[in-house]
Amino acid sequence: MKKLMKGNEAIAEAAIRGGCRAFFGYPITPQNEIPEYMSHRLPEVGGVFLQAESEVSAINMVYGAAGSGARVMTSSSSPGISLKQEGISYICGAELPCVIVNMVRGGPGLGGIQPAQSDYFQAVKGGGHGDYHMLVYGPSTVQEAVDLMYDAFDKADKYRLPVMILGDGMLGQIMEAVEIPPMKDPAAFAPKPWATDGTGTGKGRRIINSLYIDPDELEKVNHRLFDVYVELAKNETAYEEYKTEDAEIVLVAYGTVARIAKSAVNLLRSNGVKAGLLRPITLFPFPSAILSALADKECIKSFTAIELSMGQMVEDVRLAVNGKKPVGFYGRTGGNVMSPEDIVKFISEKEGR
Amino acid sequence: MAVVFQKSRMLTDVPFSYCPGCTHGIAHRLIAEALEELRCEGRTIGIAPVGCSVFAYKFFNCDMQQVAHGRAPAAATGIKRTHPDKVVFVYQGDGDLASIGTAEIIHAAARGENVTVIFINNAIYGMTGGQMAPTTLIGQKTTTSPAGRTIAANGNPIRVCEMLATLDGPSYIARCALSDPANVMKAKKAILKGFRNQLEGKGFSLIELLSTCPTNMGLTPVAAADYVKNDMTKVFPLGVYKDIDAEQK
Amino acid sequence: MEEKIIIAGFGGQGVLSLGQFIAYAAIADGKEVTWLPSYGPEMRGGTSNCSVVVSDEKVASPIISSPDCLIAMNKPSLYKFQGRVRKGGTILVNSSLIAEKVDRDDVRAVYLDAGALALEAGNAKTANIVVLGAYIKLSGLFSVDLVAEMIKEKFAEKPKVIPANLKALELGYHAV
Repeated sequence: MKKLMKGNEAIAEAAIRGGCRAFFGYPITPQNEIPEYMSHRLPEVGGVFLQAESEVSAINMVYGAAGSGARVMTSSSSPGISLKQEGISYICGAELPCVIVNMVRGGPGLGGIQPAQSDYFQAVKGGGHGDYHMLVYGPSTVQEAVDLMYDAFDKADKYRLPVMILGDGMLGQIMEAVEIPPMKDPAAFAPKPWATDGTGTGKGRRIINSLYIDPDELEKVNHRLFDVYVELAKNETAYEEYKTEDAEIVLVAYGTVARIAKSAVNLLRSNGVKAGLLRPITLFPFPSAILSALADKECIKSFTAIELSMGQMVEDVRLAVNGKKPVGFYGRTGGNVMSPEDIVKFISEKEGR
Repeated sequence: MAVVFQKSRMLTDVPFSYCPGCTHGIAHRLIAEALEELRCEGRTIGIAPVGCSVFAYKFFNCDMQQVAHGRAPAAATGIKRTHPDKVVFVYQGDGDLASIGTAEIIHAAARGENVTVIFINNAIYGMTGGQMAPTTLIGQKTTTSPAGRTIAANGNPIRVCEMLATLDGPSYIARCALSDPANVMKAKKAILKGFRNQLEGKGFSLIELLSTCPTNMGLTPVAAADYVKNDMTKVFPLGVYKDIDAEQK
Repeated sequence: MEEKIIIAGFGGQGVLSLGQFIAYAAIADGKEVTWLPSYGPEMRGGTSNCSVVVSDEKVASPIISSPDCLIAMNKPSLYKFQGRVRKGGTILVNSSLIAEKVDRDDVRAVYLDAGALALEAGNAKTANIVVLGAYIKLSGLFSVDLVAEMIKEKFAEKPKVIPANLKALELGYHAV
């Protein structure tokens, strides 16, 4: 049955249904409902909740628990995610599965607490030091966030990397009707023979590590990580096309902004402008192939990236379109959110439509 | 032929990579012996820090995690909370524990995390080449305090045991020295006590081991051991700083 | 059908829960809905507002630039949002706290002494439910019975307050 739930709480419940049994975090707006929910809900299912002394500690608790085989997650918002970057780099280096939620707020610095998408680069390009990526989702509705979170631990375990749910304050605070899926049975999860659960001795002992002093060995690890990213691109790339079949103008937007862009597409169409929307669901891997294919379509005249930033995803759109069609950009920042009408106005003025 | 001495089963066959005269090897052996005597084989997870003992994961015959600089107590918390029936130990040097990782160690201690921390204090950064540590003595020359550490420029050395003993969380806090056989035997007892407390669910324990770094101290192994015994103990007095068992008696 | 509502007032006036009641009613009625609050320092005693979109189809944008209906529970809210209401839209004014009149003649302005009716219902805290009653009448979105059932359900753990809330709903419904 569908239930009206706040985004943050629905995401937390979906994590538990998906097998999460440990949460380590630190308070920061606008994601506090996640740790608050976890603090009472995890003990009910025999899980562990701990408020860490810092974001730095929280992510390293995640490292320890993930390394020992637990389904573990943390959540935070932009400034807190910056603090976690060291740990995320180590987690990627040690090839550990976990889930990280970032309910993005405006920056840089302490910034604001209102919705933003200005952590896109940090999320999809790495964020910490070294060559690595995470599987990054940009859900646009509470239901989609629930569905992605529900399977996030499976994906993390399968590819042995962190999965990031990149939301924003709006997604966290909004209430929508959601269908919460049933509890997954932890007994059915694939075993983790690599995890340091304490039982290893002699030849059977396990080591969780990201240190490779031998250059050839480290290079091998780098290649192994990137082989996984190729697999990710093949298997996990997800996007939604909306009215692109006959579109002349294609908006590209992700997350909550894509909902606003979708309304704008409908408004534009009612004004006689053939607009469409491409909505990346995975931000890494980025749906470059479909963008490239759309760019080849004769009817499509231009692309416009719509973001709550000064223009971050637009760079990936340009790389994918590769000069075949013009790529414009419209963004709002500081926690300001554009309305569908704002987008229509931008397209009408800048694109001459 | 009777076996009168053998390497602990809790150590691997990998030869230690430590400098001649360095006491990391002794510390490793004491931990391994304690784990073996307490029958912890097959149920132990150790944590290696960043510093000279970064390769500790090669030497202990148990599951090991190598973690970020200073964060070992946090990682240990993550492991122990999700695996409360396993034995978890943390191995950290003075830069790792008392400088970059002060928040992590204080909060793990304050929470009374049921883990055992072995704190190697040799008053210097070894791995990076002899820089000043948070525990470097006043007047001690290092590569970043070439004229000797001064209070005016660098403040005073941090006494970790004394500081953590003020918290309610820890069950056992002691400082020993790996300077001579008698003190090594005392250290062994303290380490056993730390692990026993964990096995009995008594909570956080920390054993500080005053250690040598002949290479960076610029001393022979014997002179370095004497330095630990005669100079370091003046600033870092040996003894038990907290013991909830003694308090209860 | 798509109805966009902005509800605004002081923190503590039940502004957010009024919006949630509309959202719950929408779900119970088989409609799609989004409820989006203002959040942050605003929720600590200052002004607060929420945007509710009720639709037959999946709601795209939860952000409302020009609402079909504004429910203004205090004066600053009326001044802040009245200019954004669409032509022909509705502004429901809590006249217990707002002496001023709506500054536009191209919208339907409705004045409701929610405070007095709440007292009549027997509980001053039910002013937001009075407004809810008035809103469902004005919008024609849901039946009063459906909302009454929902109130019983949501206050199931505090049965003592149910009669006053049902009374408030009824008084509000018949006041406009």
